[in-house]
Amino acid sequence: MNRYSAFGLIRGAIGGHKHWQPAWRDAEPRASYDVIVIGGGGHGLATAYYLAKVHGLRNVAVLEKGWIGGGNVGRNTTLVRSNYRLKPLHDFFEFGLKLWEHLSDELNYNVMFSPRGSLVLGHSDADMTVLAQRGDAMACDGIDAELLTRDQVAKIEPLLDMSRDARFPIEGALIQRRGGTARHDAVAWGYARAADALGVDIIQKCEVTGFVRDGDRVTGVETTRGRIGAGRVGICVAGHSGHVADMAGLRLPIESQTLQALVTEGVKPMVRSVVQSHSIHCYISQSDKGGIVMGGDPDNWPSYARRGQPTIVEGAIAQAIALMPALSRLRMLRTWSGVTDMSFDGSPIIGTTPIANLFLNGGWCYGGFKATPASGFTYAHTLATGTPHPLAMPFALDRFARGATIDESGAGPLPNHR
Amino acid sequence: MYLIPCPHCGPRAQAEFTYERTTDSVVDPAGPVGTAMGTLFTRANPMGMDDEIWRHTYGCRAWLVLTRDRLTHAIAAVRTIGPEALP
Repeated sequence: MNRYSAFGLIRGAIGGHKHWQPAWRDAEPRASYDVIVIGGGGHGLATAYYLAKVHGLRNVAVLEKGWIGGGNVGRNTTLVRSNYRLKPLHDFFEFGLKLWEHLSDELNYNVMFSPRGSLVLGHSDADMTVLAQRGDAMACDGIDAELLTRDQVAKIEPLLDMSRDARFPIEGALIQRRGGTARHDAVAWGYARAADALGVDIIQKCEVTGFVRDGDRVTGVETTRGRIGAGRVGICVAGHSGHVADMAGLRLPIESQTLQALVTEGVKPMVRSVVQSHSIHCYISQSDKGGIVMGGDPDNWPSYARRGQPTIVEGAIAQAIALMPALSRLRMLRTWSGVTDMSFDGSPIIGTTPIANLFLNGGWCYGGFKATPASGFTYAHTLATGTPHPLAMPFALDRFARGATIDESGAGPLPNHR
Repeated sequence: MYLIPCPHCGPRAQAEFTYERTTDSVVDPAGPVGTAMGTLFTRANPMGMDDEIWRHTYGCRAWLVLTRDRLTHAIAAVRTIGPEALP
């Protein structure tokens, strides 16, 4: 792998930019691998990278049915934060946030991690109490959290409607200053390139169509490019976990729904942090190109169609404009949607399955992107050692049967009522 | 948005309806406790047809069973709910 550097850029500028190499090889599938990761999204690529980097496994393949960066990793709103209240969640995401902070150096790829602050607005006394509770829970574990007054919020985001008769009056906010955004495509490409450099085969246009079983063990996968043997197989196809696991006869506590987002035309800097409101459901940030990125609720019924419905986008826009009236002057460039794995407690599932040598990583709901490094790191541990990483242990598949759900939003087994 | 043919009201905008859950995830109160957790939490979640319980929340408020394709949103059948509509 040619390392990227300022010197390389200058050399390229002088030499007509003829020295650039493809970022990863277009690998042909081998007969078998030690570990196969199904799904070449952010999580799958990160998993493969940490399998090679941390656990020294080089005979690893990532199988992707489409192309790298074409799934959920290219369809999110790029937010990165660790401001959860329940300990298993904030510990996990904080571990991830620490990986984010050094990811560009680690991958030798600029993922444009931008810790511009993650601001969660409170609209009432009750909201502020909940935010204070959450901030306290985070602070007790050494995670940065700061409760802000109305005036402090107005200083950070001067365009918010701070008037007393605002549709959603703003009483204050909880900010995690280390939270922010990252460039989602760069994360996929950076992990793909770094994994490839360590010998991982990234095989695109290779759809898994079934599992090869030897008794109660999985010994490989059937794909559109032939049968490939595997010591261990990791499902990592968030959005599509349900029917991939179904090929192995597994029923999951997951329902797939569509989540939409939109972006406006590019404008000068107007949103400095990531503005979120959890009591209404809306998040606003500005991309590095200047577009205002917004998102809202999932569609709230099962769907695999990667298009959402306009009423949901309309709702998100209405909330965003109520919070920040100046947004009404902008033109919308495009909307898009992704298929999210809604687990029934809102938390991910990482770890072993009842089938030997088959592992599962899914159920990210709408929080998968920020988890990419932590998900890859802990899943790689599980795939390399056969046992869950301590940080991922609470997210075991059998937690529903044990009654040990991790229900941050307290919605129970109805993701559409969240 | 798509139209859902309500047996009482005729074709209405899907926004009038609320999705509840799939028919196979309705817990039988008389059944064994051991199977209730599985029924409550796991789903077939197919990329195709499934039987789903919806409610015409902003219309006649009837509970309905929709046989609906999750990829194309095509609706093959709509039945009013009742003991005979559940498995």
